[in-house]
Amino acid sequence: MNDHVHVHRFENGLVLLAEPMDWVESAAFTWLLPAGCRHDPADQLGLASFTCEMAQRGCGPWSNRQFVERLDNLGIVRSAGVSLGHTRFGAAMPRQRLAEALQAYSQLVCHPHLPADQVEESRQVCSHDIHSVQDAPAQQLMQALRRQYYPEPLGRSSQGTLEGVEAIGHSQVSQFHQSHYHPDGSILAVAGNIEWPQLLEEVGGLLEEWQGPADLCPEPEETTGEDLHIPHSSSQTHIGIAFDAIPYSHPDYFQLRGAIGVLSDGMSSRLFTEVRENRGLCYAVQASCSSLKDRGCVMTYAGTTTERAQETLDVTLQELVRLGKGVTAEELERLQARIKSALIMQQESSSARSSSITSDWYFLQRVYSLEEINRILDGLSCESINAYLAENPPGDFRIVTLGEQPLEISHAVS
Amino acid sequence: MQFLEHQLENGLQVIAECNPQACCSAAGFFVRAGARDESDSLSGVSHFLEHMVFKGTERRAAADVNRELDDIGAQSNAFTSEEQTVYYAAMLPEYLSQGIDLLADIMRPSLREEDFAMEKQVILEEIAKYDDQPPYGGQERVMALHFGSHPLARSVLGTCQSVEALSRDQMARYWQERYSPSNMTLAATGKIDFDALVNQVETLCGSWQRADVDRATPSGGTGGQLEQIHKPEATQQYVLQLANGPAADDPRRFAARVMATVVGDETGSRLFWELVDSGKAEIAALDSYEFEGTGIFMNYLCCTPERARQNVETIDALLAILHRDGIRQEELKQAQNKICSQVVLGSERTMNRLFSLGINWMLRKNYMTVAETVEAYSRVTCQDVASLLEEFPLDRRSLVTVGPLSTWDE
Repeated sequence: MNDHVHVHRFENGLVLLAEPMDWVESAAFTWLLPAGCRHDPADQLGLASFTCEMAQRGCGPWSNRQFVERLDNLGIVRSAGVSLGHTRFGAAMPRQRLAEALQAYSQLVCHPHLPADQVEESRQVCSHDIHSVQDAPAQQLMQALRRQYYPEPLGRSSQGTLEGVEAIGHSQVSQFHQSHYHPDGSILAVAGNIEWPQLLEEVGGLLEEWQGPADLCPEPEETTGEDLHIPHSSSQTHIGIAFDAIPYSHPDYFQLRGAIGVLSDGMSSRLFTEVRENRGLCYAVQASCSSLKDRGCVMTYAGTTTERAQETLDVTLQELVRLGKGVTAEELERLQARIKSALIMQQESSSARSSSITSDWYFLQRVYSLEEINRILDGLSCESINAYLAENPPGDFRIVTLGEQPLEISHAVS
Repeated sequence: MQFLEHQLENGLQVIAECNPQACCSAAGFFVRAGARDESDSLSGVSHFLEHMVFKGTERRAAADVNRELDDIGAQSNAFTSEEQTVYYAAMLPEYLSQGIDLLADIMRPSLREEDFAMEKQVILEEIAKYDDQPPYGGQERVMALHFGSHPLARSVLGTCQSVEALSRDQMARYWQERYSPSNMTLAATGKIDFDALVNQVETLCGSWQRADVDRATPSGGTGGQLEQIHKPEATQQYVLQLANGPAADDPRRFAARVMATVVGDETGSRLFWELVDSGKAEIAALDSYEFEGTGIFMNYLCCTPERARQNVETIDALLAILHRDGIRQEELKQAQNKICSQVVLGSERTMNRLFSLGINWMLRKNYMTVAETVEAYSRVTCQDVASLLEEFPLDRRSLVTVGPLSTWDE
């Protein structure tokens, strides 16, 4: 990780970030647009994804086919997706191709054709995405857990619903693009073998004139869902548990991250040891921090055959409750080594760095340097983590299961 | 970047691509042991053994292995395929020697009876997990159908029955033979002091006993068969088709990947424009895979049940045109640009180089630089693709379909 991240905010609100990495031959960017599924109208769930799909079907001087051929010929490895808050385009390429890639994506974002004669094809693509989740029980479970834990619209999944996708027409797509593909709230983060002055000039030339309305987010509702069992014919029962925690922007975030690391990072973590190694209850069990801008939670997942599902749930809950009693110095030391190594190894990937600085900027409006993160990690102690856990012990669990039979939830722990 | 190799007296090979500029080091044992080396009564043993390798040695308990891997901050894991079992770790260079000590030690596992019984439960859970995921075992079924009595027909996971029936002693005998040092390679990439590595490996592995080990490598599958698996609870229909392709040591493998990219890459390919962009299918892909003695082309289709039959007919028609007209110069160029960029971008990661180095050595006993790989793809011509199609026609395919359709002909 480089300690020098360049930042420029254009007058139109677009923020450009750049992390030079002169030891790689590649360049990569992540472009976040404030066009997440939180803006989907309640009767058109899936509109942000629909628009993202349509936006990639030709732009500026290029037809759909010409655009794809151009990106392929430039050797651009790419991705696109929608989350609650954003539509995101990612691209990695040989460094010599960065300028052409930025030019192509500027056209995609600012001047997509949104071809009216491809609405039905796009609708089919979006419907397939919904069907594919129906065939993936683990993913279906985690989407349901988010819905039950967060208040509307914060728990939404970007695919939307078949009814919502059915209700979308060309005018809604066009309107969504005009309202949400705008510079205010956009972050364009570039990492790799780049020259900052040249990049700044190029991006300025492409996007300085880009205009749009200010970024406004609807207020979430106050009420949240309840525990839920989803009947499903499957070999395994899938178990999701969520509980309140703090977001990435909170000053104590790394205390939480440390605690959850002890719980779930690596093969010596508590969940792996107690649920898989000592009891052989499942193949996959994990916990991770989920962060939104103003709130966060911890989510756990375990998948196990039906007859062992009750024990898996019970043992996982016991471990969550036991975490509240604190972590040991030895556990913390091991975790610190893992996180530090991972950060250094991230320096090999321009894509990973562009993604990481984008995320930092979104949550913090600044980017952590390697030195700063190391200082924070070194500053973690058992006492500090345990003080956090004593004040915020895991509890008040939201539990969602998917499988043949519902499970008993012990109120003693939930 | 420098390539170095060394062989111990017992046959263990040590190879490394040393990059003094790298910020990390990666190392892995590549064992020539996989599903194709099993028998009916041993089905699933290679993969089960991969799990058991982490369960401790004479010097370490299972918990010690897990804890030490985490202590050195390693990103580590293992995988089993039809042909290889690979154990690997990437770590900061200062931890490399500790990482090698651990990796070498676990190659001589204790295989304790109580750990065996516990881990068997985890394996059964893993089988259940894949049972729930698309294409619901379809990939293993189509390999079985296409390859018939060929060793590549064997399932990597095995079945619940075969795994339940396995004994610890059967596994120990399998280990003794397949984990012979003469059947293994230690590969390393990134920041590596090769002399120090060789010295350490001589000390740690020099006393390993060699065993006679062999592998049958007959040529391709028979093809042309169909199997339907009715899964009423699935939403989508999944279709997998296999045809024979060039083997791992066949220079035509480069043309095979170029052709597969033109026909069935995720974006910009013929199948993409015909079926995915048009919304007729969620996925329609063609990939090439190479094994010892043979290779395959795999076509994967995922779509609504109603469209499945028609989509397969579209694929048939596209492949017929491919056979008749070959590929165009601009398609060739586009595919080459795409592949070469992926090769170069992927090579920036030390871990990716490890897999590339190790697998290449296992299959072909040679070393290729990134530049040589790029060159090999760049040299492919339209005529090479036409010749390839003559030798490996895509019309003789085995087909497995899984999903809600109750009959494939309806």
